[in-house]
Amino acid sequence: MSAPNKNFDPVMPAALDPANLQVAVDAALVAIAAAADLAALKQARIDHAGDRSPLALANREIAALPPSAKAASGKAVGAARGQVNQALKAREADLKQAERERILTAERVDVTMLNDREPIGARHPIHTISEHIADAFVSIGYGVVEGPELESEWFNFDALNIDRDHPARTMQDTFFVGTPDSGAVLRTHTSPLQIRTMLNQQPPVYVVCPGRVYRTDELDATHTPVFHQVEGLAVDKGLSMVDLKSTLDWFASTMFGEGIVTRLRPSYFPFTEPSAEVDLECFACRGESVGDPDRSCRTCSSEGWIEWGGCGMVNPRVLQSCGIDPDVYTGFAFGMGIERTLMFRHGITDMRDLVEGDVRFTSAFGMDS
Amino acid sequence: MRAPLSWIKEYAALPEGVSARELADRLIAIGLEVETVEELGSAITGPLLVGRVTQIEELTEFKKPIRFCQVDLGDQTRGIICGATNFAEGDLIVAALPGSVLPGGFEISARKTYGHVSDGMICSGRELGINDEYDGILVLADGEVGQDARPILGLDDAVLDIAVTPDRGYCLSIRGIAREAALAYGVEFTDPASLVSQLPADGPQHPIDLRYGADRFTARALSGIDPGAASPDYMVRRLNQCGMRPVSLAVDITNYVMLELGQPLHAFDADKVQGAIQIRRPDSSEQLETLDHVKRILDPDDVVIADGSGAVALAGVMGGLTTEIDENSTNVVLEAAHFGAAQVAGTSRRHKLSSEASKRFERGVDSDLARIASDRAAALFAELAGARVDGLVDIDHRQPVTAISLPMDLPTRIVGVDIPADRARDILTRIGCTIDGDRVDVPSWRPDLTAPIDLVEEVARVVGYETIPSRGPAMGTGVGLSTQDRLLRQVRRRPAELGLVEVLSYPFLGASDLDALGLPDDDPRRTAVALANPLNDQQPLMRTTLLPGLLAIARRNVSRGSESLHLYEYGQVFRDLAEVSAPVAAAGSRPPEPVIQEMLSALPRQPEHLGLVLCGDWSQAGWWGAARPVDWSDAIRLAQAIANAVGVTLEVEPDVHAPWHPGRCARLSADGVVVGHAGELHPDVVSAYGLPARSAAAELDLSVVLGQAAPVVPAPEVSTFPVAKEDVALVVDEVTSAESLRRALADGGGELLESVRLFDVYSGPQVPEGKKSLAFALRMRATDRTLTDEDIATVRGAALASAGQLGAELRG
Ligand SMILES: [Zn+2]
Repeated sequence: MSAPNKNFDPVMPAALDPANLQVAVDAALVAIAAAADLAALKQARIDHAGDRSPLALANREIAALPPSAKAASGKAVGAARGQVNQALKAREADLKQAERERILTAERVDVTMLNDREPIGARHPIHTISEHIADAFVSIGYGVVEGPELESEWFNFDALNIDRDHPARTMQDTFFVGTPDSGAVLRTHTSPLQIRTMLNQQPPVYVVCPGRVYRTDELDATHTPVFHQVEGLAVDKGLSMVDLKSTLDWFASTMFGEGIVTRLRPSYFPFTEPSAEVDLECFACRGESVGDPDRSCRTCSSEGWIEWGGCGMVNPRVLQSCGIDPDVYTGFAFGMGIERTLMFRHGITDMRDLVEGDVRFTSAFGMDS
Repeated sequence: MRAPLSWIKEYAALPEGVSARELADRLIAIGLEVETVEELGSAITGPLLVGRVTQIEELTEFKKPIRFCQVDLGDQTRGIICGATNFAEGDLIVAALPGSVLPGGFEISARKTYGHVSDGMICSGRELGINDEYDGILVLADGEVGQDARPILGLDDAVLDIAVTPDRGYCLSIRGIAREAALAYGVEFTDPASLVSQLPADGPQHPIDLRYGADRFTARALSGIDPGAASPDYMVRRLNQCGMRPVSLAVDITNYVMLELGQPLHAFDADKVQGAIQIRRPDSSEQLETLDHVKRILDPDDVVIADGSGAVALAGVMGGLTTEIDENSTNVVLEAAHFGAAQVAGTSRRHKLSSEASKRFERGVDSDLARIASDRAAALFAELAGARVDGLVDIDHRQPVTAISLPMDLPTRIVGVDIPADRARDILTRIGCTIDGDRVDVPSWRPDLTAPIDLVEEVARVVGYETIPSRGPAMGTGVGLSTQDRLLRQVRRRPAELGLVEVLSYPFLGASDLDALGLPDDDPRRTAVALANPLNDQQPLMRTTLLPGLLAIARRNVSRGSESLHLYEYGQVFRDLAEVSAPVAAAGSRPPEPVIQEMLSALPRQPEHLGLVLCGDWSQAGWWGAARPVDWSDAIRLAQAIANAVGVTLEVEPDVHAPWHPGRCARLSADGVVVGHAGELHPDVVSAYGLPARSAAAELDLSVVLGQAAPVVPAPEVSTFPVAKEDVALVVDEVTSAESLRRALADGGGELLESVRLFDVYSGPQVPEGKKSLAFALRMRATDRTLTDEDIATVRGAALASAGQLGAELRG
């Protein structure tokens, strides 16, 4: 600092010399640009914008200037300091950005490392497909009915028009509870749920009944003594086989794809009349494999159709056993095997996979089938 | 029923050139379940000729009999080596010549064997796939030397194998199947029954005493049968094609007529029958050895054919050994009867004996047929065995069949397709009905037609199911899943969302399974119903708990290399009843309400349970760090989370309950109602099932859980004022449960105490012997203001005072 300008001598101190100001600014900009990190920038800030920096000193000189010179010098010093501060600010932003990028780069991990720390659950496809089917029918106004697997004989047989000496009732098929005369069996089909429903409720009746059923078959690749069915029942005024066929076609296309239809073949069941076997149009080849050796279809064995279940109009004798007047009401019923449906839908070749409870099998299906 | 195409064509005027496959498709379309179509002879190619053995040279230098035969084939004679001995010079045989291929890809060529060139093969029935006869070669009764043997053997034919449903007994005959074939093609049908001439009834008769079991019984006496007469080729061929083994002429005739017409017949050796034949109930403890060499103790509900010596046949099912036809029989009593369907079905069921006869009677045999079939068989005995046809006893107690009244609009109503009355009448006429207005008389071969709906089915199947159109589905009146259904879905699904894998097990148990769980003798889970005919004698009981099934599946998975398991299963268990005795009401009308209730209440309680089993680690080791093994608390937390899926909070109290570890078992309850148990499994159970140590399990009664679910959840009030947090460490006796202390704090703290959470447990030198320190985090908050220091001190004080009731002291 030079001595006080007592004489009001208009001598310009060297620090306020525009040339010197420019030198200070240049030196600052060089130092700022050269700062490689925030620490270096801090030093540059002290050196070039701090209290003892040339520009700060220059600023202090202004106070000693005659009033006439203050304005011009103040403006010059202000501009110089502004230039330096701006450079500092810009450099700081750049360095902070670079620092953030450096940290983020350093924190990179191998995201392909699998985190299988927590177990992942899964549902058995027998149950998910049963729910899927039930949901489909719920969407057209059916109710869902479940019921006991250990059932009174009357519900499982007699009420369904299967009398004591009917071939469908032989010892070979049915698990009898206690003694063969106990009046109770493990239900051989889900049809007793029809009876339970109709005893409880006057028509209109629209229900879908999924459930576990039992036959005395040995477990092998295509049979299991404990299996699942889903059954539908509708009883109302004016229902006919057209309603039955229409509902089955709708069901087939809902489960297996737009346009897939069913085919009915006359058959016999004691509890329906007329009765029919239900064939499903092959959803895999849509019949195009029939007679074409180049397009053999594993799903339908190149038959074009897959045996799916049974159906028919509810036998009036069954309605009568439930106290429903067959002259007023008609009904239809149909039933499918869940395991069978799963096997052809998912290409399962061995029934044992469905019943043994191997977690690898269930896990493959996740939360839906 | 196996039906050769050529035999069907004999009675149904099928269009020229109809293939067996085409016929099968048509039959399927009208309701016959054709299972297979077998093109006979399709596996045989090349020359297969009828030959005559002109010379046999016995080659004796070998260990077994070997013959070198000269076979005359018309334009040539060939030398053929043969190992069979059931033929003589002059017999007609079937020769496969070099270049032919037999079933199984067996190629015939000229080859040197046993010191001769064998220029072909003399064939057995088995080698041609005709029957299962090993013992000798085929010897033909007639045929022309040098002709193609295929037509004689029926190898140019095809066989349809039809699974006959219980309502179509008449299709257990060529007569019935040909009738259906003619119906399917709309062509003329010649009833083979109409071709049978009635034979006179007079002559020596065998006395018959019909007391029970049949409404028609005929017995024809036949005498002077040539015991040496052989069955003709056509009969042998057709029996083979139909899958029946030719036995002897007498037996073959009865089988042949049964196949042709559908009427089971039985031939008794008249010389072995002692006195009059009775048809009656068995006497008490009466026995019979049937033709299958089984000695049977007869049931009072059976019906037998008996003579002076006792029962000689099980009526409608099987003959007995004592009166069996043998190679010396010359006199025969030929039975053709109409036994009751239910009667025969009952006998067949009781004796676990199904025969060609019983299959037919069970499904209903044409009641007009007994005399016709008897005449047909008698004529064959006369023609083929030189029998003299003696007298006939024909007892006829048949009741007239009630006509059916069919409203002619019913087919249209049921099928939904317009079927004019004339069309319905025409179809019913073609199946054999007689129609007068709405009155329909059904033919004698259709005992299954008893109600209007049965006739509708006949009309529908002939109209064709393929004519039924499709439109939108029949819409129900429901409005979505019920609340119960929805809750059930939630609680069944939640375990999988929590990381468990669902499995299904068979619901069968043995007492040893319950022993393995360590259940006390009076445990309610030991009260189980048993099956009369279990799959496995070791597991005759219905499950009362899901755990044995789940543990067995866990063991299977462990043995397959899965070390850590998190399994769950839901399903019915069968509780509180060991013996079931349910009434069986009559069908055909709604049973009285008390009877319905009795049938329902006779069953065991069948609640739905949910079980889970945890083995090994919950979270596994990896690059993130160490594994965390499953423990007792996982089972409890999962059970709570599952119940929470339906808004039910499970309270936890210590309990001692098999199969859990007595010190690590929680009783779970909702609003004071016990819903199950959870915790670590007893070490004995773990080792009995070969599972990893510290395996844990839980079992919940979902029926009870769902019963506790609140239909509408009340919303909480969510305060936006700041929370005040305080931690307190309390020293209590070792036996004081954390939950009781937590509840005491919560109760004492009142409304302003938002939550109380246990966050640390300490026992050791810092606290007195027999004590433990439990640290709780308290969160306090008001809904209407920020709490003051004074508020906080008050709440804390009140909570501590309440805890003090349990002997808790603030840790210094
Ligand atoms: Zn296909």
